[in-house]
Amino acid sequence: MSQILLLPILIPLLTAILSLLAWRRPALQRLLSLAGAAALLFAGLGLFTHVWKEGIQAVQVGNWPAPFGITLAADLLSASMVVLTGLAGLATAVYSLAGMDRQRESFGYYPLLHVLLMGVSGSFLTGDIFNLYVWFEVLLIASFVLLGLGSEKTQLEGTLKYVTLNLISSALFLAAIGMLYGVVGTLNLADLALQMQSARQPALIFTLSMLFLIAFGIKAAIFPLFFWLPASYHTPPAAVSAIFAGLLTKVGVYALIRVFSLMFAQDMERIRPVLLTLAALTLLTGILGALVQKDFRRILSFNLVSHIGYLIMGLGLMTPLALAGTIFYMFHDVIAKTNLFLFSGVIHRMRNTYRITRLGGFYASHPGLSILFLIPALSLAGVPPLSGFWGKLVLVQAGLEEGQYLLVAVALGVGLLTLLSMGQIWAEVFWKDAPIASESESAGAKVLEPGPWLLFLIPMGALALLTCLMGLFPQPVLKLATQAAGQLIYPEAYIRTVLGGRP
Amino acid sequence: MASLPALLTLYFAQYVPRTAAGECFIFKTPWASAAEVSLSFSLDGLSVLFALLISGIGTLVCIYSGDYLKDHPQRGRFFCTLFLFMGSMLGVVLADHGIVLFVFWELTSISSYLLIGFDHRREAARSAALQALLVTGAGGLALLAGLILLGQAGGSMELSTLVHRGEAVRSHPLHLAIFLLILVGAFTKSAQFPFHFWLPNAMEAPTPVSTYLHSATMVKAGIYLLARLAPIWEGASIWSQVLIPVGGLTLLTGAALALVQTDLKRLLAYTTVSALGIMTLLLGIGSVSALQAATAFLLAHALYKGALFLVVGILDHEAGTREVTELGGLGGAMPVTALAAALAALSSAGFPPFLGFLAKEGMYSATLQAPGAWLPTGMVLLASVSFVAAAGLVGFKPFLGPKITASRTPHEASFSLWIGPLTAGILGLLLGLMPGAASEYLIGPALSAIHPGTVSSTLALWHGFDIKLLLSGTVFLLGTAVYFHWPRVCRGLNFLNASGGFAPSRWYAFGLEALLRVSRFQTRILQSGHLHLYLLIVILTTIGLVGASLLDHDVHVGLGRWKDIRPHEAILVAVILAATVMVVRSPSRLTAVVALGVVGYGVAMIFLLFSAPDLAMTQLSIETLSVILLVLVIFRLPRYSSYSNKLERMRDAGVALTAGALMTALILAATALQREARLVDFFAKNTLELAQGRNVVNVILVDFRGVDTLGEITVLSVAAIGVYALLKLKDIRTNDTTPRND
Repeated sequence: MSQILLLPILIPLLTAILSLLAWRRPALQRLLSLAGAAALLFAGLGLFTHVWKEGIQAVQVGNWPAPFGITLAADLLSASMVVLTGLAGLATAVYSLAGMDRQRESFGYYPLLHVLLMGVSGSFLTGDIFNLYVWFEVLLIASFVLLGLGSEKTQLEGTLKYVTLNLISSALFLAAIGMLYGVVGTLNLADLALQMQSARQPALIFTLSMLFLIAFGIKAAIFPLFFWLPASYHTPPAAVSAIFAGLLTKVGVYALIRVFSLMFAQDMERIRPVLLTLAALTLLTGILGALVQKDFRRILSFNLVSHIGYLIMGLGLMTPLALAGTIFYMFHDVIAKTNLFLFSGVIHRMRNTYRITRLGGFYASHPGLSILFLIPALSLAGVPPLSGFWGKLVLVQAGLEEGQYLLVAVALGVGLLTLLSMGQIWAEVFWKDAPIASESESAGAKVLEPGPWLLFLIPMGALALLTCLMGLFPQPVLKLATQAAGQLIYPEAYIRTVLGGRP
Repeated sequence: MASLPALLTLYFAQYVPRTAAGECFIFKTPWASAAEVSLSFSLDGLSVLFALLISGIGTLVCIYSGDYLKDHPQRGRFFCTLFLFMGSMLGVVLADHGIVLFVFWELTSISSYLLIGFDHRREAARSAALQALLVTGAGGLALLAGLILLGQAGGSMELSTLVHRGEAVRSHPLHLAIFLLILVGAFTKSAQFPFHFWLPNAMEAPTPVSTYLHSATMVKAGIYLLARLAPIWEGASIWSQVLIPVGGLTLLTGAALALVQTDLKRLLAYTTVSALGIMTLLLGIGSVSALQAATAFLLAHALYKGALFLVVGILDHEAGTREVTELGGLGGAMPVTALAAALAALSSAGFPPFLGFLAKEGMYSATLQAPGAWLPTGMVLLASVSFVAAAGLVGFKPFLGPKITASRTPHEASFSLWIGPLTAGILGLLLGLMPGAASEYLIGPALSAIHPGTVSSTLALWHGFDIKLLLSGTVFLLGTAVYFHWPRVCRGLNFLNASGGFAPSRWYAFGLEALLRVSRFQTRILQSGHLHLYLLIVILTTIGLVGASLLDHDVHVGLGRWKDIRPHEAILVAVILAATVMVVRSPSRLTAVVALGVVGYGVAMIFLLFSAPDLAMTQLSIETLSVILLVLVIFRLPRYSSYSNKLERMRDAGVALTAGALMTALILAATALQREARLVDFFAKNTLELAQGRNVVNVILVDFRGVDTLGEITVLSVAAIGVYALLKLKDIRTNDTTPRND
């Protein structure tokens, strides 16, 4: 039954292959994409239920015993991240049916999307550090092509920065793996955790942790390594930005959580100040960046960077409560950020611009859409009782318990600035009157037919509903986050399962 | 629309006799147990008083708004937001858990934001809404931190438990921080100096909103919180040391600034600020009589100020202006409104036998008994004089005297408009006439929640000829004098409008502007748009973090084996290094590509020398292919040119060399010790035996670590799609206004 671990990788792979075979038939590709994304979500849910009931699961691929072959493993964190991958994937797939243009569709948009999902799922499920590198490559190459697909000038400019900086990350990651292997002599994460304790160069372990911090920190877009994100996320179609915003940085954060909780836990005393400092600086520089942007998606991009700081904060504190806060916040952030980028796309569709100064009047003309927008926007700012509040509350509680008063002050202050940032969007795009559209704007603006409307509203509404539910009934998700954090803080069960101590 | 709040009023009213008998109702159910939050509510005398005000005045405001916004296209949204506020406000006063209180507290801020910005097409409304949100939001976050710390200090988050844990809280090392954080929350919400400026600006909201949120209920949430938590700091000197000065400053600021306003709504807003200051001052004094006066004043103020606001709304509606100088002689045309206004104004002025009179008397007796009696008494007297004048300006001036010609002929307001202010006005009179009932059922029970264990003395209209009556009379005379000489007072105090009083709002503007400037500055530096700077920062960060960790501790770098280097190896390395320098220095692309090829071949040779022929062959073929491809592409590229000056190149060279040295050191350190070859042994042993292959590398690729290969194949196919799309799919950009990247 633990073979279900393979499905979240195989389903997108199969979807991508079938879509490639249907290269000249976009209609069939759309159908495949929808079915594939739905299947991924169901497989994720199946895996999650299994892990929830039976505990951590592991598969030794090819039946080579760990640590010699490659192990796939799913604990609660992995399984729930796979569910979120399926969720964000399905939301994007539905949205793309109406939101993607013909040209991109006929140049492989759907297979690329599913290769991306495959890479993301693979990263969450692998129990091997080099295999993690491979999945990173898979999701990166897919994201490179998705980002550049369409060859708009701004897109290519953004892609160049994205590719260059992410390749640096890959190079550092690979170098770190090489050195790790040189010091410890194994690639299996669980085995690494065991061998670390008897490593022959203990002083080098801290250095290696810094190398991993930078490699994953670039992917996670923390200070001062985030430049690629605000340089590129506002350039591709909204659906692509949305899935990137929801998942890609989270893969980086996931990798940080996994590696630091498993391999570097004993060095945490020295790593903590570094992580907490970077968390505070990420929170601050990100949100300050957001305040001066005029492009809808660039505001969101800088918010995205800023809130990674919350995730790093919990990781740095590394108490069960703090890690639970990080995990809860990560769940919330995937849902809310994906949704906000989807909103920006719908607005763009109607007015053909992303500039908030050129937008306006939506509260008068589209009250339902406006109220729906408020849900993820306020949740982002941590307004209770929406999902973002609980994540922040737990992180603040954990920070205060640990006596990190300055950091807590930054975390709370950034919440206020996020509220200001969302207030800017709300005032400009929704409250104020729309300026008279320029010629180019009105030429590209589209009146939405009921069909596409529905395809936009279903994913956006569903994600907003989840944000509300997580806020009003936080206990199940909090409980899940607490248990997932427990598995990370006390990794014995994970190590035992991966190394085959249990079937 | 009004039936829901009316039912709520009845619902809460039925609890009055029971809370008056000292009962406390608690409802508790788990909510977010993992964060130790339970959804708990409690209903005692204090909560019931507030709940009645919220639902009762809510009923009147709903009746009023139905007519006031009769033809407004967004009336539905207005009522939705208003009900959201009502629910949140009830939540604040009923919550027993600190976090639950905070949840509702924030919701009142959000609904206040939406309501102040109701007239959202006007810039002034939008920025006033944002200002209120940011000020109360900042306070809210301080409150959250304060409440969490309070919970940690007191060992519980239930307010009903915490009020008995004063000792533990006051001896906690963070006691002062807890106290101040909670105060910031309360003070921002209740518009205390220096946070008061948002409240007059919030008058951008429609009048029913100003009535309900910004005079009768929401702005009293801070007062409620102080009253609720007062038992924790009972007898603590810091309580009165902070609350009395802040309350005093607030009441003076409000009282003075009220007299220089010509817009009736802003005038009322400043008297509200002043009234809130009085409540804080009384809570700060903290004696039983002060708390009793605060409670009585709170009730009286909610009734008369609500009524006066509604009257101003009617005037605005009928006469088309809220300027006090443009209103007069309307009494004949609108007698019922005039009556309502008079009732409310008399209570506000503290005229017997209104509830306002009782409250004022209580105030004087409390301040007279307080330590340093004359200072607080003097301040309260000054505020009262201002209230009398303000009451005249709002309640009498528009209706008396010569008729001022207005652009339209005013008519009596409709029933649903005047019933609200009239009811509130009459209630103010009735409660004044029945002081026994008021203190037994409303004020007394609330008092015993603020100050457990006290039995309050009953309020009475007549205390005999004493100093309080003398003060009341003097205040009334002085206030009337100010009213009659108002234009001169207004001119005399006008300097306040230009300077002192507005300073905090200028701090806000300055702070916001400074914030945006700093943001712009830091963003321009960080997100500069130059890829080479991004690379520089990333590499410098790597050098910094990794290098520091190397220096910091004793890492063993394996330089000891340099003797093992053979001459031909050294030559090979020298060739690679020379070629690398050439790649960087060469002025032509062709030379650079060839030199890069040399580097690649050199690396292949190293693989060969260290017995990895498979790797060497792969490397050779890849190098050959890339050189050929690059040479083919070079002719299609624009000319090579250099954009950086010498200094920048030196800097970059320095950074690059340091990074290279760092990586070299790391590799030397990592390979310093021979590791055990567990994996290698396993692969060597099982390649033939189990995997049936003869080439270890092949078997690793396709069997032992087959998943890696699956991934890499995928990468290659996607890369192919990418190249195809880049070549075939030209810029599909339509007329878009996406900004340039950085």
